[in-house]
Amino acid sequence: MRKIGTPYLLLIPGMGFLLIFFLLPIFNLAQTSTQTPRVGGDTGQYEQTFRFANYLDAILENREQFGRSFLYALITTILALAIAYPLAYAIAFKGGRFKNVMLVLVIAPFFVSFLLRTIAWKQILGEEGFVVPALRSLHIISESTTLTSSAFAVVMGMTYNFLPFMTLPLYASIDRIDPRTLEASGDLYANGFTTFRKVTLPLSMPGVVAGTLLTFIPAAGDYVNAAILGSPQTKMLGNVIESRYFRIVDYPTASALSFTLMAAILILVTIYVRKAGTEELV
Amino acid sequence: MTGVASSARGDLKLTNITKSYGDFTAVNDLSLVIPEGSFFALLGPSGCGKTTTLRMIAGLEEPTHGKIALGSTDITDTKPYQRPINTVFQNYALFPHLTIFENIAFGLRRRGLKDIDDAVNKALDLVELPHLAQRKPTQLSGGQQQRIALARAIVNRPALLLLDEPLGALDLKLRRQMQIELKWIQREVGITFVHVTHDQEEAMTMADTIAVMNEGEIEQMGSPAELYDNPKTAFVANFLGQSNLIKGTISGSDGNNHVVDLFGQKISLQKDRSHAVDNSILAGIRPEKFRISRLETATSGNILTGGKVEDVSYIGVSTQYQVLMPWGQELMVFEQNDDGVAPFSVGEGVNISWEPIFTFALRGDEDAEAGTEVSPDEDLDEE
Repeated sequence: MRKIGTPYLLLIPGMGFLLIFFLLPIFNLAQTSTQTPRVGGDTGQYEQTFRFANYLDAILENREQFGRSFLYALITTILALAIAYPLAYAIAFKGGRFKNVMLVLVIAPFFVSFLLRTIAWKQILGEEGFVVPALRSLHIISESTTLTSSAFAVVMGMTYNFLPFMTLPLYASIDRIDPRTLEASGDLYANGFTTFRKVTLPLSMPGVVAGTLLTFIPAAGDYVNAAILGSPQTKMLGNVIESRYFRIVDYPTASALSFTLMAAILILVTIYVRKAGTEELV
Repeated sequence: MTGVASSARGDLKLTNITKSYGDFTAVNDLSLVIPEGSFFALLGPSGCGKTTTLRMIAGLEEPTHGKIALGSTDITDTKPYQRPINTVFQNYALFPHLTIFENIAFGLRRRGLKDIDDAVNKALDLVELPHLAQRKPTQLSGGQQQRIALARAIVNRPALLLLDEPLGALDLKLRRQMQIELKWIQREVGITFVHVTHDQEEAMTMADTIAVMNEGEIEQMGSPAELYDNPKTAFVANFLGQSNLIKGTISGSDGNNHVVDLFGQKISLQKDRSHAVDNSILAGIRPEKFRISRLETATSGNILTGGKVEDVSYIGVSTQYQVLMPWGQELMVFEQNDDGVAPFSVGEGVNISWEPIFTFALRGDEDAEAGTEVSPDEDLDEE
């Protein structure tokens, strides 16, 4: 017993879980992705033929949705960062004794179901909501423009839903910054903006990287927001996979798309993390 | 990036500076001139307002009232980055994401200077750490970080360098070494240093002029020797070194001297060393000025008789005695161990004598204990 060592023993439950619920399904998914319909079989019956062209077909057929998924995820990430950074900064540096209360408020929406909150956005952006009449009276949108069932609504929904995932890592990172380093920057001839650019932002990079990953990755694979707040014109890859699996029962295409999405995210994230160079940071 | 104020040079002048936080007054109507090129120390216990004063000079706090000027330029309303003033922070506040080289180059880069490599390397040479240029601050020891913080400030050749308890986190040996080094560096670069500390020894070792602060006000200002030999208040007498303060009355005059009655025994006090306002005084004598002698030995100068040794501590260079006087007060006596005479033992009857010129006098209504109850280590986290 002693030779195995406690750390390894402690790893067993986690590794076992990952093996059964992650590695095996992934392997299964990989297998499915190269299958073709069984000749003379029923709908949903497939056999392994190692047809790798499944991938090419799946990608070419859904180029548009691929592009849209990454575009929406990118815009969502940028918007969430723009909203969450000042929020996290304010909580960390100006929160004082209300810090914890404010953090609870950030995660409070989790107490209500994800679906309910997303459906609520339908009402907020709908004709009966206050947003559309307000924007119309300010002539920002025309009388005939609606906001629901649009790319705008989908991105708003995603931004809203992923905001806590951006805020919390940002807060953790900004809260660790010693305010005296900011004072030192001011003392060394840097004005407020330069101090932000040269000290605050670099020191909060671990939070920026973690927050953007936690937003971008699920946003790229999301389908609930597009399904509830979007239209056929705003379909994302997640919606395609969902319909291939559950409506068309085209398992190989759905699997190939899932795999491609995973690989694409992995590549993008690797490039991003390399570029951001977080390992350089303390 | 630099404003009009950045080129200001000259004496630093604080005029009627007050800083209040609600009902609490941290600094009260403080006026002060720090001459260009001097090494000035603000000395005082925790919460005396010295750090607040320093932060107002740096521009990190705004005075509630009053004016701060550098030479002929009023800098009261300028931002920290507009002032030709740099600070060595208490915890160093180095930028953890930048190399040592970039930390030192930070101020030069912000001022848009070109060809800064030379200046940075010279600063690194000055603090004797040129080999650490490419390290990160976390890879350095406390003493090394302290030197880098100093180099980062000095490289800018500010009109004024502020040091906020810069040696507080170092161990005793390193602190002594840095004290001497700081003094040397100050002479080398000729910049005005304003040093905030609670450590009287540190202030006395380094500074030309010390301002002793207490409860938001300056108690006394002067050279270390002036403050030590002729303190004006009980707080200064006790905070800078130790003092024996004995209640007494001026009972007569003898030329340039007062005749003072200390519980029935007459001693002599130079008139110009008295800060008393009436006949009631606290006579002060530093413990190392006392001579201790057996009752039958003849002594000259001021003499107090009838003492009894209560406690003896041998500490190498000197022996410290607690002597109980007939009126119930214990006096401290530090005797140099330079005469080969065996120390006195507990219970022995002794006389105490000293040269009359060493007597100083404070107002009789002062609290003789003021400034004694201060633990120097409480101060490290003063805001």
